[in-house]
Amino acid sequence: MSKVVLTVDDSRTIREMLRAALSDAGHTVLQAEDGVHGTEVLADAGNVDVIITDINMPRMDGYGFIDHVRSSELHRAIPILVLTTESEPAKKQRARDAGATGWIVKPFDPAKLLAAVRRVAP
Amino acid sequence: MDPMESIKQTYFQECDELLVAMEEGLIAMESGEADDEIINAVFRAVHSIKGGGGAFGFENLVAFAHIFETVLDLIRSGQLAPEPDVVKCLLRAGDLISDHVGAARSGDTSGIDDGDVKEELRGFAGESGDEGGEEDFEGLDFAPMQFAFGEEEAAPKLPSVWHIRFVPHASLYAKANEPYLILRELACLGDISVEADLSRLPALCSLDAEEAYIAWNIELRGEVERPAIEEAFEFAAEDCDLTIEQAEQDLPDLPGLPDPPGLPDLPELGQPEPLPDLQAEPVKAEAPADAPVETRKEAAAPAVKEAAPQTIRVDLDKVDRLVNLAGELVITQAMLAQSVQDAGFGATSRLGNGLLEFEHLLRELQESVMAIRTQPVKSVFQRMPRLVRELAAQTGKQVRLLVEGETTEVDKTVIDRIGEPLTHMIRNAIDHGLESTEDRIANGKPAEGTVKLSAEHRGGRIVIEIADDGAGINRARVREKALEKGLISPTATLADEEIDNLIFMPGFSTASTVSNISGRGVGMDVVRRSIVELGGRIVIVSTPGKGSRFVLTLPLTLAVLEGMVVAVGDQTYVLPLSNVVESMKPSASEIEAYGREWELLNVRNTYVPLISIGKLLGVEGATKGVGQGVAVLIESEGTGRFALLVDAILGQRQVVIKSFENNYRHIEGIAAATILGDGRVALILDVDGLAGLCRDRSGGAMPAELQATGS
Repeated sequence: MSKVVLTVDDSRTIREMLRAALSDAGHTVLQAEDGVHGTEVLADAGNVDVIITDINMPRMDGYGFIDHVRSSELHRAIPILVLTTESEPAKKQRARDAGATGWIVKPFDPAKLLAAVRRVAP
Repeated sequence: MDPMESIKQTYFQECDELLVAMEEGLIAMESGEADDEIINAVFRAVHSIKGGGGAFGFENLVAFAHIFETVLDLIRSGQLAPEPDVVKCLLRAGDLISDHVGAARSGDTSGIDDGDVKEELRGFAGESGDEGGEEDFEGLDFAPMQFAFGEEEAAPKLPSVWHIRFVPHASLYAKANEPYLILRELACLGDISVEADLSRLPALCSLDAEEAYIAWNIELRGEVERPAIEEAFEFAAEDCDLTIEQAEQDLPDLPGLPDPPGLPDLPELGQPEPLPDLQAEPVKAEAPADAPVETRKEAAAPAVKEAAPQTIRVDLDKVDRLVNLAGELVITQAMLAQSVQDAGFGATSRLGNGLLEFEHLLRELQESVMAIRTQPVKSVFQRMPRLVRELAAQTGKQVRLLVEGETTEVDKTVIDRIGEPLTHMIRNAIDHGLESTEDRIANGKPAEGTVKLSAEHRGGRIVIEIADDGAGINRARVREKALEKGLISPTATLADEEIDNLIFMPGFSTASTVSNISGRGVGMDVVRRSIVELGGRIVIVSTPGKGSRFVLTLPLTLAVLEGMVVAVGDQTYVLPLSNVVESMKPSASEIEAYGREWELLNVRNTYVPLISIGKLLGVEGATKGVGQGVAVLIESEGTGRFALLVDAILGQRQVVIKSFENNYRHIEGIAAATILGDGRVALILDVDGLAGLCRDRSGGAMPAELQATGS
């Protein structure tokens, strides 16, 4: 059940919270600070089971990053969860249109996060 | 530490950085220089502060950040123009969010009054007082269903049978959803039996791998409610046809159900599936697979340059140990070089060459290590715009703050301690330096006063300048006040700059600490003392009607001192070069006795006290004869001008400071020790301490600097 999860978020706080929750559950966590960095980490990583990404990021935002993953022959089948808040339904829709697999509503508790990962990762 | 607690620390550290970025962005917006990326960065900063704050339950912070973020989002999307009044409000909001973060950090979230600004922000956002209710309230849709079971309070506990028809579209797969996982989730809810509907599956030769052909009929039995089933399909709901029907049960009151059992409907749902439509999608997905990546890379390339440099966080102690070790290495190298030379190897021998190379590398190492301790002054400068805004509001003056050279790197200790003196001087500049708007206009000056804060490296030192274009120091008033306080005698004739310098005299100001914020010419002596403690000095240049400049000169690092190495008898001492004005070889005629204890040195017709280090410290073999040795003219903040008599000047060099206090104890007259190139220990003299020592010995006041009169 242990997965390799790539988390892409420009906030160090959120990255650390994701890491704490995911590694407690036995997952391996890779981190990136924005979309561009995410594409680099993804290119270097041999295998990523799930991607969790924020939307608002410098250099390349979440939509751009999802688009990048979905148009890559190699990575397009990786499930992508976006981090949104309850107050941004439009963002959720746009992420979905860009090809997001699912979403996690912030602030998240570890159980919710792990359930979302379980629901998209084989 | 509790992991959440440590993440909370991370959050606050991150907040500090985000607040800086936010403030910079807002200031750029104020001056009209903000482009989309800057506005975006401000938005992201507030968004991230809110995001982390939500995770830790800082409700006030989140509530405020939310409305702030909303307004920024409107600006970002071009729906609200960043007019001056909007930006002004944003700046105040920025100050408040910084207060909110501070309050969250200290745990005292009571005292922040953000009502006005919140209201103003709501006005810009076009929201009235109350925030709209929750937008997403999916659960509500299903309330009527529960009513259908009305009588049975225990409805959820009743085992039910659900029939689910699940027809994925190709888009479901394109988003990396996986029917198997959804089925697995359903299986967690109860007993399921799944039947794959392969009726649409074409022959292998015409099968499109990107297409969705398989549908599923699922029967789920268990104590399951509809929302739980919906939740399992949540991510897939838009990319499939889905019917969830409760099957007929042995329940007596089924007529209450809104719809007849759904199975007969199923074929209808499956059939209208428009295949041609679906086929279009995979084609779209495949063909441009490479091209968009290209353009994105191009788009991303220029931005890459702007990425912040990678940093790591290191304990200051570790860095200081490195600095110390590098210092020790330099000393060891020097001793080694001396021994090699003593052993008769020339500088051109292989050994000598190697040592030379070694020395270069060591110097480089030492400089690099020292550089770790330095930081841009930005972290201090960035606090000033807020101060200026607040003071401008308090005094009713129009003030423009210009900041230059904020990337100049300074030792960490300087960064930590320079904030208060700077705050203080800027406060003075605005409060006392700048005239009121009316006066300025009356004097033909622009209504808006300017305060300029700048930093630069100059001659191995850091120069920080605070300049205003105000009225300059009112010398008549300063003189009057100094007389009133008994700091000068009524007959004293003082040059302009001497009058200006009176403001640094202890006792000149009414308040005694830097933290006093009454803003009445407070504590410039305290400011000066802080600067001197950092090994620096402060100079005023004031022109009546044109303004004043306070120039602070600070050492690059506090671990190393620029020193003048002097010999006294068999001892070697180091004088801080920042105290040395000049040196001279006095002739006997230039030295005059003054009372029993003192000697005065005539320096171009001004008499200054002359102190013999040899005599004072009891060094054997020091020059005693009048007119022998070298006099070094010293200027110190505490004592004024005086001269120190030494035997000879050996040179000028950087020395690594080894603290006495840390390793031994404080000794009057000695600031610290250092190790010279030849491995010998030399003491670094504390010039004020020496003067004090001299005063104590003679049991009387030191003679003041005197103007020579005639003979």
